[in-house]
Amino acid sequence: MEFFLVQLLNGISYGLLLFMLSSGLTLVFSLMGVLNFAHASFYMLGAYFAYQISTAIGFYPALVVAPLLVGAIGMLVERFGLRTVHRYGHVAELLFTFGLAYLIEEAVHLVWGRAAVEYRIPPSLEGPLFMVFTSQYPIYRGFMMLVSMAMLVSIWLVLTRTRIGLVIQAALTHPQTVEALGHNVPRVFMLVFGGGAALAGLAGVIGGNAFVTEPGMAAAVGPIIFVVVVVGGMGSLAGAFVASILIGCLQTFSVGLDWKIAWLNITVAQTAPVLPYLLMVLILILRPRGLLGTRDG
Amino acid sequence: MASLRFQPFNPGRWLLWGATAALFAVAPLVFRESFALTMLTQMGAFIIFALSYNMLLGQGGMLSFGHAVYSGLGAYFSVHVLNMIGKGTIVFPVMLLPLVGGLAGLAFGIVFGYVTTKKAGTTFAMISLGIGELVHACVLMFPGFFGGEGGVSTNRVVGQPFLGITFGPTIQVYYLVAFWCFVCMIAMFALTQTPLGRMANAVRDNPERAEFVGYDTQKVRFLQLVLAGFFAGVSGALSCINFEIVTDENVSALRSGGVLLATFIGGTGFFFGPILGSVVFIFFVVALSGFTQAWLLYLGLFFLAMVLYAPGGIASLIMMQLPVIRAGRLRELALPYLLALAAGLVAFAGLVGVVEMVYRISDASLDTQMSLFGIGFDAQSVRPWIAFSLVLAAGLVALRFTARHVGERWGAIQNRIQGRQP
Repeated sequence: MEFFLVQLLNGISYGLLLFMLSSGLTLVFSLMGVLNFAHASFYMLGAYFAYQISTAIGFYPALVVAPLLVGAIGMLVERFGLRTVHRYGHVAELLFTFGLAYLIEEAVHLVWGRAAVEYRIPPSLEGPLFMVFTSQYPIYRGFMMLVSMAMLVSIWLVLTRTRIGLVIQAALTHPQTVEALGHNVPRVFMLVFGGGAALAGLAGVIGGNAFVTEPGMAAAVGPIIFVVVVVGGMGSLAGAFVASILIGCLQTFSVGLDWKIAWLNITVAQTAPVLPYLLMVLILILRPRGLLGTRDG
Repeated sequence: MASLRFQPFNPGRWLLWGATAALFAVAPLVFRESFALTMLTQMGAFIIFALSYNMLLGQGGMLSFGHAVYSGLGAYFSVHVLNMIGKGTIVFPVMLLPLVGGLAGLAFGIVFGYVTTKKAGTTFAMISLGIGELVHACVLMFPGFFGGEGGVSTNRVVGQPFLGITFGPTIQVYYLVAFWCFVCMIAMFALTQTPLGRMANAVRDNPERAEFVGYDTQKVRFLQLVLAGFFAGVSGALSCINFEIVTDENVSALRSGGVLLATFIGGTGFFFGPILGSVVFIFFVVALSGFTQAWLLYLGLFFLAMVLYAPGGIASLIMMQLPVIRAGRLRELALPYLLALAAGLVAFAGLVGVVEMVYRISDASLDTQMSLFGIGFDAQSVRPWIAFSLVLAAGLVALRFTARHVGERWGAIQNRIQGRQP
């Protein structure tokens, strides 16, 4: 029971982090049709910026400044990169973000080196929050959940309760009509892309010190968020949420189990890195549109 | 591609393929250093890989991020067969080992292709990425067959020498690779001319219409992917013979990304594009990585520049010149081209300076005293930073003007060519 509760809490906090990443990816995808390969690179940039800022002025300013910086970079990328390749079609856009991911990883190598940097949890957030039977639950995990929940609620409010949110929602399905009504749709695209990047950056700020900040972190988490988007259903925010929590729990539970699978001669924990992809393959065979997806293909 | 014509004897084509064969035969006689020979051998294997990738991306419109799966698994199966030949468990000519790799690639193409080709477009891209990660994780999970982190090593000098060929010296490996590369090139070109190749084009361009005509688009994609898996496996087996080791790097996302870069840089729209791309890519990887640690950054920048300004790749840049040459007007473009090239080189020099200085400062183990283009300086002083930034800025401004000049000339010539033949 104790194992179950601890893993469940860890799984949910990891799943929420995944959702912060996949929500931006899904929004950008459904709005612009662009699968942003560099999305995980924005996550990495967020972590590195936060590391740099927190060593200079502290963690809490970094929590605000780093995502804003990443968002600004995202907007620049959209304005001067994506908009240019847009006329060559979706494959060119995808390839552009793919090249960008390469470039960001190399830039991180050049600036911060190849080893992990010492991006630590701030002292004020160290220590146990409460006890689950005999094990401590760290404050920082709770803080991560708090930040992601606050973020999700505010996104939901922005999307449903504000004017710009309504324009975004309308532009999802009827961009031409929205443009005809006098709204600047390209600017909406730029804002959404920057917003998605900022969300990824925020996930990097709170994920970078909970896990590890190193140049490989983008390549490690990138495929997982793609799996989340496919499993949840392309372009479905609710689906991405369900899939994020599902995959977050799947991974944390499997890492904690050391049951032996006799005929493969390995433990469940060893299969952990494979499970999200197996889930994706299963979903594709059984329900090709994804858990909550509406479009086929 | 031009319209289909029945030409039992096509002298131009014979000439082109003959020249290619001659090039393969003569290349090691021209580039005699062992460094050049290893590079040529790698190029040969990579050309097959990139061409097989283009069967998906260029001909079938399938953007795959996991093509290394087929070449890598082909390589793993070949390395085990090669080791069995070495132990004397089975008798099999090393020369035909690429067939083993190819069949392995084909088999896994059937398995994974069934899942991936259910979708097209962006979803296909994401699923291929997932399959790539799945296989890579599995390779590390089962060290019994895949050798874990260290990989599986082998010795290619096994079995009875055939006509004195042992595959000990690199030159013999080169000719083995060259032979298979040539055969695969012909086979893959022939495939583009078959009904399947044509239908793959149709499915790429307009899947809805292809379906209305009565073709199952998923089946066309599936067949194309299975065949591409075969050729990728051949290339994997060749690289296994060449390097005598197969590691998890062979199935990694890095390798899948590499083949995508190479194919796109070369150009996906023409059959010979990936061949050019492979030559450029291997040159980047093998030659440039010896000079600078920032080679991946340069490769990435080059790739981004191609995506932004020449999405057809090098091949389309070459093919664009053909009508101008035919009209005898290339000479008018020579000067604008040279100016743009000079401006580009200036900008590139500035970029190299800045990047190398960043790298020197970030790596604490290196001395900041460095030299570039024969000039020695200290990367920590301000002056070289200002100098290289100025060079970069000047180069970029000049490039902008010269590129506009090229564009104007180009447009004018196009207008005149088209005006003359309405």
